[in-house]
Amino acid sequence: MSETNGNNLISLEDLKVYFDLGGGGFFDKITGGSGEKRIVKAVDGVTFDIKEGETLGLVGESGCGKSTLGKALLRLTPITGGRAMYRGKDIAHLRDSDMREQRKHLQMIFQDPYASLNPRMTVGNIIGEPIRNFGLADGKSVEKMVQDLMETVGLSRRFIKRYPHEFSGGQRQRIGIARALALDPEFIVADEPISALDVSIQAQIMNLMNELQKEKNLTYLFISHDLRAVRHVSDRVAVMYLGEIVELAEGKDIYSEPLHPYSKALISAVPVPDPEIEAERRRVILTGDVPSPINPPTGCHFHTRCPYAIDDCKTTEPKLVEIKPRHYSSCIRIDADNPNIEEVAG
Amino acid sequence: MSNQNGTILSVNDLKTYFQTEDGIVKAVDGISFELKKGETLGIVGESGSGKSVTNLSVMRLIPEPPGKIVNGDIVFDGIDVRTLPMEEVRHLRGKRMAMIFQDPMTSLNPFLKISTQLMEVTQLHLGHSKREAYDHAVDMLRTVGIPAPEKRVDNYPHEFSGGMRQRVMIAMALSCKPELLIADEPTTALDVTIQAQILELIKELKSEQGTSVIFITHDLGVVAGMTDKIIVMYAGKVFESAPTGELFKNPANPYTKGLLKSVPDPAHEEGEDLYQIPGLPPDVANLPPGCPFAERCERTEEICTQEFPPFVQINENHHSLCHFAKEVHAESAGGNA
Repeated sequence: MSETNGNNLISLEDLKVYFDLGGGGFFDKITGGSGEKRIVKAVDGVTFDIKEGETLGLVGESGCGKSTLGKALLRLTPITGGRAMYRGKDIAHLRDSDMREQRKHLQMIFQDPYASLNPRMTVGNIIGEPIRNFGLADGKSVEKMVQDLMETVGLSRRFIKRYPHEFSGGQRQRIGIARALALDPEFIVADEPISALDVSIQAQIMNLMNELQKEKNLTYLFISHDLRAVRHVSDRVAVMYLGEIVELAEGKDIYSEPLHPYSKALISAVPVPDPEIEAERRRVILTGDVPSPINPPTGCHFHTRCPYAIDDCKTTEPKLVEIKPRHYSSCIRIDADNPNIEEVAG
Repeated sequence: MSNQNGTILSVNDLKTYFQTEDGIVKAVDGISFELKKGETLGIVGESGSGKSVTNLSVMRLIPEPPGKIVNGDIVFDGIDVRTLPMEEVRHLRGKRMAMIFQDPMTSLNPFLKISTQLMEVTQLHLGHSKREAYDHAVDMLRTVGIPAPEKRVDNYPHEFSGGMRQRVMIAMALSCKPELLIADEPTTALDVTIQAQILELIKELKSEQGTSVIFITHDLGVVAGMTDKIIVMYAGKVFESAPTGELFKNPANPYTKGLLKSVPDPAHEEGEDLYQIPGLPPDVANLPPGCPFAERCERTEEICTQEFPPFVQINENHHSLCHFAKEVHAESAGGNA
């Protein structure tokens, strides 16, 4: 899709993750069920690349499949179809033993710094576990590595014997980051890493992630529903809706001129911390909720909420196409000659 | 009952303390504010700043023990709420003052139909008959924008999405046309497009019914568009209070300034490091002497760690808790000129 120069670290091609909820069997029919097989298409044909040293932001509302996509990249959830390439190796089809080798390079930071750390383990053991598991060090040298990592993420070396409950939310997130860094990975999926934190602490964690990226040439997939945060940390941003990428562009472009009607609505919904701007702003208020990803709407998944939907949108499945240079969008009503949906719709 | 100056709620030097194993936690320590009829007040603060406890105190919902309102006046439309017998507080709550909480799933009873939960309010407070209450419930659901309210009224909470549940909560809170609505982080658990719907709904209902609103949030973006005036809380104290426009334009407190700067702004910025307030919020059980923000503040001087700062009046409606409030205000005014 984008230019395939040699330095793509991650490439997704038509990646699919489906969950079978059952249904459609003999018993469903005789018990008066719908007789239809219920499949959640959490990720439904996603194609994009992430370059070395880049941060790709992934935004979308709850249930759009963004977390499932992140997990699929690390094969923490089975991949149904398509390919997820890391340095030319297809993660979807690696043997388990080979996959385990790759996990050194592919790590994750989780949303909830309370639930993602074992409360019965000391910080030293939490951060040291991957080091021991992969045999990177043993004995006393593990402790030394752990302390160095703690320092890297801004925690005092003295805290090594403490337990998670002795730390605040922001400090716990630092522990989670240190653990992800323990194996010196190349690629980190950060799934809502700041959502559970206070505003003043969010800035600290975003800055820390930025510094680490520069220092270690890390590549991030930064998943969040917070568009302001995503814009701040990302080079490019992908907008996801019901299992599909509807827009992909450089951060500044997607905010200054979003093309897809959903991106437009999403960005206009973000409150701006400036009363004067707020007073003048015209919001696109979407009606209704995100539809169920079980048997989602036909055609364009967004047509049920889209203010510009026409009959064709119900039947034609839009493709992600380059509307402007390096700015991709999937809406059948716009193209390179007529990129503005408002003008197209009149 | 009636009030000449149109003040619906005034809180004066409120102190709510909690007895804990670590000693006395001064969750709210000397808060004062006034809310006029039809006005919207925003209370901004991080977790543990005391913003929720302030409002639970106003509603007399502080669990006692361990909590206790140890000082201050809470006057709602001329009624002294703090000393009111519990029986009479119950007549106020739900009828004249109502509250919406952050998490609509845990604040609705999962075993009862929406209709039952909505009807309870008006049967109790307005003396509605079953039939009247049922019709009123359907009307309220329609008002808050729930599609097919005649059918949905007999659903259970789990059959609604998060945004719809929050609408149900708002319908319940507004059932008796309260004069005061306290919304405690009402959109924090919701997606942005749903948040926009709910904020719009609260604005509309406010302008139709003239309800006064207290809006509690940690999101400065949300209060910017919703409120007439704001108080910023930190460690149980009011750090700054000002009309919304003034607070955003010319903050007079280093903490407020830091908060405003640490929000990423998609409109103008070039990917540089985000401003960050260093350190962690203080442990309210063991506050240091002097200013509770001193060790995180970028312009701390010796006096800040020794003496508790004064609540400086900048102009008629603008106050700031800082030894250098006037200087900070002048700097931010200068920066914007």
